[in-house]
Amino acid sequence: MSFYDLFHQYPLEKVKKLIYNSTLTQVQEAMASRELSMADFAALISPAASSLLENMAQKSQQKTLSRFGNTMQMYVPMYLSNECQNICTYCGFSYDNKIARIRLSDAQILQEAEIIKSYGYDHVLLVTGEANRTVGIDYIEHAVRILRPHFSNISIEVQPMEEEEYVRLHDAGVYAVLVYQETYTEEKYKLHHPKGKKSNFQYRIETPERLGKAGIHKIGLGVLLGLEDWRIDSFYCALHLSYLRKKYWKTKFSLSFPRLRPASNVPLHDQLISDRELVQLICAWRLFDENLELSISTRESDTFRDNIISLGITSISAGSKTNPGGYAAEPEALEQFEISDDRSPQEIAEMIRSKGYEPVWKDWEHTSATI
Amino acid sequence: MDRLIIAGKEFNSRLFLGTGKFSSNQMMSEAIATSGSELVTVALKRMDFRNPQHLMLRSLIDSGVNLLPNTSGVRNAEEAIFAARLAREALQTNWLKLEIHPDPRYLLPDPIETLKATEVLAKEGFIILPYINADPVLCKRLEDVGTSAVMPLAAPIGSNQGLQTRAMLEIIIAESNVPVIIDAGIGAPSHAAQAMEMGADAVLVNTAIAIAGDPVRMAEAFRWAVASGRMARMAQLPKTMREAQASSPLTSFLN
Repeated sequence: MSFYDLFHQYPLEKVKKLIYNSTLTQVQEAMASRELSMADFAALISPAASSLLENMAQKSQQKTLSRFGNTMQMYVPMYLSNECQNICTYCGFSYDNKIARIRLSDAQILQEAEIIKSYGYDHVLLVTGEANRTVGIDYIEHAVRILRPHFSNISIEVQPMEEEEYVRLHDAGVYAVLVYQETYTEEKYKLHHPKGKKSNFQYRIETPERLGKAGIHKIGLGVLLGLEDWRIDSFYCALHLSYLRKKYWKTKFSLSFPRLRPASNVPLHDQLISDRELVQLICAWRLFDENLELSISTRESDTFRDNIISLGITSISAGSKTNPGGYAAEPEALEQFEISDDRSPQEIAEMIRSKGYEPVWKDWEHTSATI
Repeated sequence: MDRLIIAGKEFNSRLFLGTGKFSSNQMMSEAIATSGSELVTVALKRMDFRNPQHLMLRSLIDSGVNLLPNTSGVRNAEEAIFAARLAREALQTNWLKLEIHPDPRYLLPDPIETLKATEVLAKEGFIILPYINADPVLCKRLEDVGTSAVMPLAAPIGSNQGLQTRAMLEIIIAESNVPVIIDAGIGAPSHAAQAMEMGADAVLVNTAIAIAGDPVRMAEAFRWAVASGRMARMAQLPKTMREAQASSPLTSFLN
C-alpha cells in the first residue's frame, strides 16, 4: 500500500476528533508508554497536553540527551536560485511576485561556498525554487558536483523529482533531501498552491517514497506551520514518518519546524502557532521518535532559539541568508523569508557552548567509492 | 602482570572509551585521562582530515592515547572498506573498529556485510575489531577470516540497558580465540564489572560517561569497576548455588 492509500484511511474529521477529544489521562498514558502509537501522538499534540508541557519538556530533554549527547549539528542554507514557476500564497519566491530573479553561475556558487566555509561550516543545504527549464536536475546535479570538494555533507531542498533523478543526485553526492508537504489538508492544498507543478498534492505526498526507493540517506519531512491546523497536519506527518521508517529501514529521517513568517508582498495567514504550542510540538515529536533529527532555522527569534536547543532540537542553522548570492551580498535579490535571528555562526556556536553543548560542524564522510 | 594483548599490542587498561556525545573537547580529554583508558574510538565522519588543527583530533593526539577509528555511518561492506582505507591514510594506523549499521534507528550491525568487509580488510593488513550482535557463530566465522578481536553488543547502543545478551555473551567468551570486548549498552559501572567478572577481556563505554552529570567522576567510577571486575575474575569467583552450603562441612572429619 502506498502512503497515499494509507492517508485516505484516516479521514480528516476523525483525526480532528481524535486530537481534540484527547483527555489528560490519555496524555499521561502516552507519556508513560515506551512505544508511542498514533493515538498517543495525537494526545501529545492535543490542547489537553498543554498543562503537562513542563513534564513533556523534561522528558524530551532527557531522551534527546541519551540519544544525541551534548551535541548540536550546525548547517547553513545556500540559495542557488529564486526562479519559480509555482504560485504559493505564502512564499516570497512565488511566480506572481514581481521581484528580481537570479540564478547563480558556477563562479557565484563557488564564491558563496568560500564565504560559508570561512564561517566554519562543512554541511550545506542547497535551496532553489521550482523552475525546471532553468533550474532542473542538470543544474542542481552540476551545482552538487562543483561543491562536493568543498563540503563533507550536501543536502538539498528543491522541487520534487523522479526516482531516477534522485539516484543521479545521490551518485553526485547528495546526502539528504528535504521535502515538506506544507499541508496534508488535501482539500485546502490547492488554495495555497493554485498554480504550477507544486499544485499536484499526490505527486508531492509520494515524493518521500521516491526518495526512499532511490536510496537517499536522509529524508527531511515537515509541514508549514500556520498554513492549516498545525495539530492535524503534524498528525499526518507523523503517520507519514511511521509508514516510511518501516518501509525504508535504512533511511534516516529529520523533521523541521518552518513556521510562517512575513515574506515580501505576502499576507499573513491566520492559523499561526504560538511559541508555547511550538515547544509542545517539538517535545511531542521527540517523545514519538527519539532517533529523529529535529531542526530549527533562523526564522525563529534569538530568545526562542537559545531556549529551545536543550529541549529536543538536534540541528540548527546560523548566519543564514535566504536570497541567492546573499553571502557575497547581492542586495537586489529578495529573500524567501525574513531572518529573525541574524547573529553570526560564531555567536551562535558560542551560545551553544555556553549551554553545555558542543557545536558539531562535520558529521559525515563520503565513503562511496563511486564518487 | 595481567595485561590485555590485542594483535600483539599490550594494554594496561581494559576500559576503552568512545569519544562522542561529550559537551566539549576539554571534558572528553579529562574523562579519558581519568579513566586510565589507552584506546579510544573516533568517528571517521566527525573528523576533519583537511584541517590538521581540528580541535577534537588535536586534543586526542596530544593526550597520547591510542586512536581506534570507527566506520560509523557506513551501510555496507563496500563503504566500510573505502572508509577503512581513508582512516588508515589519515591517521596512520591500521587499527579499525568496523561498524556497519544500515539501520539508523537502532544502529544494529549487519552481520553479512561485516563478515565480507573483515575478510577483505584483514587481507590488507588491518587489525579489525568488529562491532557485532552477540552471535557466537558469527564470532567463529570472523575468526576464520582473520579478525583480531570481537566486539559483541550487550544491548542496543546508547540504551544503557546492561548485559541483555548475557547468555550469548557467555558462549562467545567461552569459545573465543580472540579477545572479546563487550561494546554497547553498558550503562553503569556495575554492568562493566559484571562483564569483566563474566570473563570479557575488555569493555567499551561511551554514552554512560559522556552524558553523566559529572563525566570525569563517572570515568573514574568505570575505571575502578573494570579493574575490580577483572580482579574478581582472576581470583576465581565461587559458583552460584541454589542451596546453602555450610562453611564448615559436616563430613570433613572423614578426610
